[in-house]
Amino acid sequence: MSTTAAAVSRTATPPTTAIGRAGDFADSRLGAGTFARAGLRKIFPDHWSFMLGEVALYSFVILLLSGVFLTFFYVPSVGLIIYDGPFEPLQGQLVSEAYASTVNLSFDVRGGMLMRQIHHWAALIFVAATVVHMARVFFTGAFRRPREVNWVIGVVLALLAVIEGFAGYSLPDDLLSGTGLRIASAIILSIPVIGSYLSFWTFGGEFPGEAFIPRLYTIHVLILPAIMLALIAAHLFLVVLHKHTQYPGPGRTNKNVVGYPLLPVYMAKAGGFFFLVFGVIALMAALIQINPVWLYGPYDPSPVTAGSQPDWYMGWLDGAVRTVPGSLEFTFWGITLSGNILFPAVILPGLITLVAVAYPWIERLATGDDREHHVLDRPRNAPTRTGLGVMALTFYTLLWANGGNDLVATHLNVSINDITWFTRIALIVVPPIAFIMTKRICLALQRRDRERVLHGKETGEVYRLESGEMLERHAPLDEQERWVLVQHDSYLPLEPGPAVDENGVRRKGAWADGLRRRLSRFYFADSVPPVTPRELASAHHGEAHPAVTDETPDAVASGPASEERTGREVGSGQA
Amino acid sequence: MSDLTNRPAPGPQESAPSPAAGGALATTAEAPLPERFEDPGLPPHRPRLADTDPAAARRAERQVAGLFVLSIVGTVLTIVGYFAFPLEDAANLQLETRYSTIVIGLGIFLTLFGIGAGAVHWAKVLMPDHEEIEERHSVESTPEQKAEAAELLREGVAESGIARRPLIRNTLVGAVALAPLPAVVLLKDTGPNPGTALYESIWSSGVRLVKDPSLAPLRADEVQLGSITHVVPENLEGSEHYLEEKAKAAVIVMRLPPEEVAPEAVPGSVDGILAYSKICTHMGCPVALYEQQTEHLLCPCHQSTFDVRQNCAVIFGPAKRALPQLPIAIGDDGVLVATDGFAEPPGPSFWERG
Repeated sequence: MSTTAAAVSRTATPPTTAIGRAGDFADSRLGAGTFARAGLRKIFPDHWSFMLGEVALYSFVILLLSGVFLTFFYVPSVGLIIYDGPFEPLQGQLVSEAYASTVNLSFDVRGGMLMRQIHHWAALIFVAATVVHMARVFFTGAFRRPREVNWVIGVVLALLAVIEGFAGYSLPDDLLSGTGLRIASAIILSIPVIGSYLSFWTFGGEFPGEAFIPRLYTIHVLILPAIMLALIAAHLFLVVLHKHTQYPGPGRTNKNVVGYPLLPVYMAKAGGFFFLVFGVIALMAALIQINPVWLYGPYDPSPVTAGSQPDWYMGWLDGAVRTVPGSLEFTFWGITLSGNILFPAVILPGLITLVAVAYPWIERLATGDDREHHVLDRPRNAPTRTGLGVMALTFYTLLWANGGNDLVATHLNVSINDITWFTRIALIVVPPIAFIMTKRICLALQRRDRERVLHGKETGEVYRLESGEMLERHAPLDEQERWVLVQHDSYLPLEPGPAVDENGVRRKGAWADGLRRRLSRFYFADSVPPVTPRELASAHHGEAHPAVTDETPDAVASGPASEERTGREVGSGQA
Repeated sequence: MSDLTNRPAPGPQESAPSPAAGGALATTAEAPLPERFEDPGLPPHRPRLADTDPAAARRAERQVAGLFVLSIVGTVLTIVGYFAFPLEDAANLQLETRYSTIVIGLGIFLTLFGIGAGAVHWAKVLMPDHEEIEERHSVESTPEQKAEAAELLREGVAESGIARRPLIRNTLVGAVALAPLPAVVLLKDTGPNPGTALYESIWSSGVRLVKDPSLAPLRADEVQLGSITHVVPENLEGSEHYLEEKAKAAVIVMRLPPEEVAPEAVPGSVDGILAYSKICTHMGCPVALYEQQTEHLLCPCHQSTFDVRQNCAVIFGPAKRALPQLPIAIGDDGVLVATDGFAEPPGPSFWERG
């Protein structure tokens, strides 16, 4: 074995500065250079609506931080004790250890009340930001290829967020949360065949039992956060892999991403935004009381307060349960089928989740478009999708409002029966109306865009001609403004081919094609195409006063109607 | 479509958009027009005030630094607030907790908000705001890469021999399919089987009705018209499963004029006094709201409404079944006693309930 007398240098020019040495350390052992080269100047596009997902991400981080603090003091046990803590009004009462520890960490731990309120506010904001972020992704078509898988991950995350919120809400074992668990146990009981067994296994015996809160604690602080963290990591990894979508604009195509680099701009902006979100949640927690469990009292199956409300994100399910009449419970052959619970509390959320997961593929059946889309849709340019989204939100909002039907009744002095009947009928009638109205508004906005491109924007300058005629001057759009209004694709309904072949034999799959044709017509039968250069040129031909455009909006109608188009789409602005 | 990313952004010298840009097309109509408009490329960069005015830049610099100083003030405030309110004054605990929460919370708000607002302001006002372009590349592999991957897969599967040895394949599928069973079986001991528990309550003949929560016996002459009394069985105290039994045995007692009692409810009533399970037959919430005028009971959770004059049948809402009646009589000492348990299981429905 030989020995080496002198130091052997790895590189010819070893780094001299401290930063250089630190960088060299990380690079030579971890390969940091590769990541830094690829990532540090990564471009992100800018738009306020991209911050919605950031709010969700940051409030999740805040939940992890504040949640860890709470675990230091919370006792996940429903063993009954006589309360002798510092909160005098409860002293001498029979309470569970979970409840007692929640009250004590609020009144005996400095900053404990603040942390509880930060945790609760962050949870409400987390679910809210998740839902609004989902709506943004839906309405702008950001779920299209190649992002379908990320959409599905997002749907699962939204579902888990609601479950995780409910689990956390139940842990203090106060009167309200215990009533919520009572309802959860009734939902489990309603499951056909195995309901009572599932309930007994879940609760370790009869409701409420002593097993459930400790089990829920494990689910709330370990299982669900771990799954959600993994899914969020996958969600973000895919965002980096696909690169962020961007809104349409001059210079923005499906082949590029236009924006600012991660270092320094987004490090400061997005990093700073985390502190802003955390700061605002801390401010809310400091000033606005939430979930005062010491006022509700410990859980007891007998008392209940009027106006019981769950946290907002459970409100729509509660409203659904309030809406469905008892006549949907059936008793036959010695068994009971609780449709009045199963339908609103199990089947409805399951169905909604399935439709949400499948939506990207449903829409692709209608468009037949399997290209990659990185430029977002302006919601008006996808009228049917936007209509469907508003329809879903209307349905959701009606259920949610009905979750507070008792409060509406007492505050507005209306009969609760009337409100419930209104909801039952409105749930069927109002969403389709919302769909039609939204779609019409979108089509009208598209026509308005066409008009702006063809005739320019209003200037407010009114001229009077010698003949006495009054005219308003319209200023033409500049190239950049115009591009936003004309860049999008407009689809035509698919025509999958005749149902019978040349020999008059019914083709295989003709039935499925017929369905697809109908779906596609439903989406695109009345699509409004963007203005073409030819249309713009002809709009300017024969104008008496080039500076004073006076064409009536009727001229617009000639666009979509007279154009003869074939193929499933017009143009290929983004291709 | 041409690759627009290679087109340099127009410089400031060509920044002014032609006011006749729209009209220009009309004058060149004789040239063949493209099918679609062409992307004009990135708009020109407009300098911010701080880009051109050194005084504005210095002002922005001071603003950013000021926000960071605000954060430092917040940190100090947080620590001061922590020690200023020790939460030891038992007489004013709620008020002190409130002050402590507000001061510590405001401190944390300033700490975080100062850093966040400073960083964002710095980025927006002082950092470069030239939009940059990055190319996108499809995540899809090339046909050659795909073929190579498929070949690797085929090769690996062939080397495993799983296709040539169906015995191994089939037993493996069977083993993996059955492997989760132990996990499911082991979960069975998370709780006992329901047995008859859901059908039973601790009410039985001779059990006295006591008031909740005072546990004082309920005398028949205490039950007035138009009042509601919340009741539990006397043997609930000391019961091994206190909350579980209470969740099934809670009862409400009301009095009707005897002629208004439903005929089928008469045998279980005494002098117009009626006792019903308080546990909603919908989802198990306590049916605690009583409308004196209409003799209706309302569940506050989902508004199922029960008519006391119709033997607590459901007249509105998501519940289907009437509240089970507890048959009662008046004992020797004038205290109400149960003469039997509930005729049917109290509480929410379940499959085998019948």
